[in-house]
Amino acid sequence: MTDSPLLRVEDLHVRYNTPTGIVNAVSGVSFELGREKLGIVGESGSGKSQTGRAILGLTATGGQVSARRLEFDGTDLLNADTRTMRRIRGGCISMIMQDPKYSLNPVMTIGAQIEEAFLVHRPSSKAEARQRTLDMLSAVKIRAPERVYRAYPHEVSGGMGQRVMIAMMMIPEPDIIIADEPTSALDVTVQLQVLAVLDDMLSDRGMGLIFISHDLNLVASFCDRILVMYGGKVVEECAATDLEQATHPYTRGLLNCLPSLDGKRDELPILRRDPSWLTDAGPVE
Amino acid sequence: MDQASGSKAAGPGLALPPKLVKVSGVLLSLALTFLGLTAITFVISRVMPVDPVLAIVGDRASNEVYQQVYLQLGLDKPIYIQYLRYLEQLSRGDLGTSIMTTQPVIEDIKRFFPATLELATVATLLGIFVGVPMGVFAAVNQGRWPDHIVRVVALLGYSAPIFWLGLVSLLIFYANLGWVAGPGRLDVYYDGIVDPVTGVLTIDAAMAGEWDIFHNALSHLILPASILGTFALAYIARMTRSFMLDQLSQEYILTARVKGIPEFQVIWRHAFRNVLVQLITIIGLTYASLLEGSVLTETVFSWPGIGQYITNSLFNNDMNAVLGGTIVVGACFVGINMLSDLLYRLVDPRIR
Amino acid sequence: MAEGMTLRGWLLAEVPNSKWQARAQRFYIGWLEFRRNPVAMIGLLIVLGLIFVAALAPWITFSDGLEPELSNRLQAPSAAHWFGTDQLGRDIFDRIIWGSRITLYIVGLVTIIVVPIGLVIGIIAGYLGGLVDSVLMRVTDIFLAFPRLILAMAFVAVLGPGLENAVLAIALTTWSPFARIARAEALTIRNSEFILAAQVQGVGTVGILTRHVTPLCLSSVIVRLTLDMAGIILTAAGLGFLGLGAQPPTPEWGAMISLGRQYLIDQWWVPTVPGIAILVVSLGFNLLGDGLRDVFDPKSGG
Repeated sequence: MTDSPLLRVEDLHVRYNTPTGIVNAVSGVSFELGREKLGIVGESGSGKSQTGRAILGLTATGGQVSARRLEFDGTDLLNADTRTMRRIRGGCISMIMQDPKYSLNPVMTIGAQIEEAFLVHRPSSKAEARQRTLDMLSAVKIRAPERVYRAYPHEVSGGMGQRVMIAMMMIPEPDIIIADEPTSALDVTVQLQVLAVLDDMLSDRGMGLIFISHDLNLVASFCDRILVMYGGKVVEECAATDLEQATHPYTRGLLNCLPSLDGKRDELPILRRDPSWLTDAGPVE
Repeated sequence: MDQASGSKAAGPGLALPPKLVKVSGVLLSLALTFLGLTAITFVISRVMPVDPVLAIVGDRASNEVYQQVYLQLGLDKPIYIQYLRYLEQLSRGDLGTSIMTTQPVIEDIKRFFPATLELATVATLLGIFVGVPMGVFAAVNQGRWPDHIVRVVALLGYSAPIFWLGLVSLLIFYANLGWVAGPGRLDVYYDGIVDPVTGVLTIDAAMAGEWDIFHNALSHLILPASILGTFALAYIARMTRSFMLDQLSQEYILTARVKGIPEFQVIWRHAFRNVLVQLITIIGLTYASLLEGSVLTETVFSWPGIGQYITNSLFNNDMNAVLGGTIVVGACFVGINMLSDLLYRLVDPRIR
Repeated sequence: MAEGMTLRGWLLAEVPNSKWQARAQRFYIGWLEFRRNPVAMIGLLIVLGLIFVAALAPWITFSDGLEPELSNRLQAPSAAHWFGTDQLGRDIFDRIIWGSRITLYIVGLVTIIVVPIGLVIGIIAGYLGGLVDSVLMRVTDIFLAFPRLILAMAFVAVLGPGLENAVLAIALTTWSPFARIARAEALTIRNSEFILAAQVQGVGTVGILTRHVTPLCLSSVIVRLTLDMAGIILTAAGLGFLGLGAQPPTPEWGAMISLGRQYLIDQWWVPTVPGIAILVVSLGFNLLGDGLRDVFDPKSGG
């Protein structure tokens, strides 16, 4: 990571007003992202998905986003107007969602949806858009791009749907991809295929990746750096290779829970949560 | 290896055997339901306190005449034979003879039905073209004042008794403001000038080039159609809003926004496209219920449609007419519902 | 109950100690949720208002609304007659108030007929399945597919005009959706483990149906009933308007509109005011039903 960071997040907060009080989905998250693979690991409710949405300005209604700094390549994302955000979404920062069964429009053909993603950012002829789409489908290792082009989302398998998703999100050539649990809805064997495709595309284009997941092992093997989130805060930040030396008790707890092939253990420990993790400040930057 | 699943052509195929099975299933359902309908009307006709023989011969006929007609009507045969006879008559379109008009009921109905169709169709179109945008508008602005206004209007629209709404609107728009013509289909002045080709006055007048009559018919049509249409509008707007809200909370909408698509496209090209299929069913339901809802509207506006026909026959104890009208309206009701069900299955690419 | 615990504390306790506490808690939380919706509260107030007014009718009216007083015909609304008088000189306000009893009567009678029939048919069909299910559902579909008002009219043709007959006719055309709902719930519950547990314990089918299945179906049916109630009231008023419901001099609101129709232009209050009453009550039930549905099944939107 030698060039200046693409994305700067400082002290990000996402709050929701509920009848039972204010919920802090994200409380004071800070990090930087360059052309590297950053993993954000956490359990449900840790705020990892909310962080991703907040970056794109797509927090659900009722949520309030605030930050000291939220910048992409010098552009302020927090106060940007709609036009700027629309340019950035898809064109500069994109997001891959978890389950193509739900994240693809069921009544539009796959080809039409991918073309749309292209045409929004690079207006061109229908013919060119079509060609680009077919090229993209081939790039994500889909064997019969013509057939998939004409197909509807429910007619393709999960793994293929995710590759369609990747194609759709990569076609406008963004600089950063946020992948929100991209493989959680897939079988294990298919997971690896999809990740391989993703990896290829990332390195070909020199993009940055934020990989959001609950699977620590997966993130550790795929990403360069890892952020561990708990209760809306970042509790650990380290390089993937340094994971074993993690210091925060939550991370250690997670690591201890994971079964491993080396060494024998009689009992798999359970993660014990300490309420102080919710109130302590995050790691020193 | 990964391939597009299934061996069917991509896209919504219309001529696939499984779909054909579904279609025939729906048709069978329709046939059975209609049969049930006839069973109900048959039971009613046999249970009612009016003697069908006396209704025909009058109460001063001799015993012999009474017996003759009794046998002619087949009333001595066992009940299931009578039912079969009834079904056979229905299949020939024989709904009996009206006591009031002494015409075959089916002829009477043919005369009155177009008026109801005219009313119901215009009302439904109103409901669609005003109700759908209202519903979308409300869903997109959920929680803000446009949403509240639409919800209130829709709520009032289907909480109000339609006949009262008709009366009040007559009072305001006809008696006080004079913007529209009064009850009835046409000013007496114009009656009988235009040949009934379709039975729909506005169309007939336009076809004959009689523009005065066309305008007059239109100004008579507009108020009852609006009142009936209010009901349709309320229901359609509410359902559209509900469907849109449902779609707007789906993941693929997030995907569309992530792609950077303008919000207008997100709403119409993505969310609304998914709502379209469900709307078909709703519109079908609305049209069907307007057919029967017109009963009350026709009474208020003296509109000579099938609703008025049934009501008047009821008061004159003209049972053949009542039951005949009931069967026809009921059949249309069932038919339209089934049709929209069918359409839904054919249009949605997800239904295999 | 622990010492010093308030009622609210008891209702919001994390772990209920008894079946009654659990029930009360669910009810209370549902109530809090319901209360957040101001529009639904208005609906509740209207319905309660209807009950209130009907109950207190003898004390808030000046007359019984039935005696003609021809010297007082067609008076405009004034301090003496808040809604004016009708064509027979009767005070319209009083007639509206007494009419609320009739409305309530209709609501109650339809409920008593429709809910048991719908529940019984739906639960039996859903629970037993197979041929019984198919036959019952076919019957239900037939009644469901029939246009409500027209069928009600046909029934009244047989039974003769009158309030009870109109109510019966309406009930006969309205029970179908409830049977469908009950059946859907019964189908879902049929394979639950607690049903299996009850069967293993030796509880007979009837016992299972009454004590386990029915209570679970009840809430959906009640919500749907409240939502449909407005339609039922409107249909009853429609029948009344056509002269097929309550007969004069009974102050049924629909009939009042019909009889007052000819005075629409010059004495507008005669047919207009009863319509407003119908509108308000119908609105109340719709709002209440919407609110209940939001609490019980928030994903239905609308």
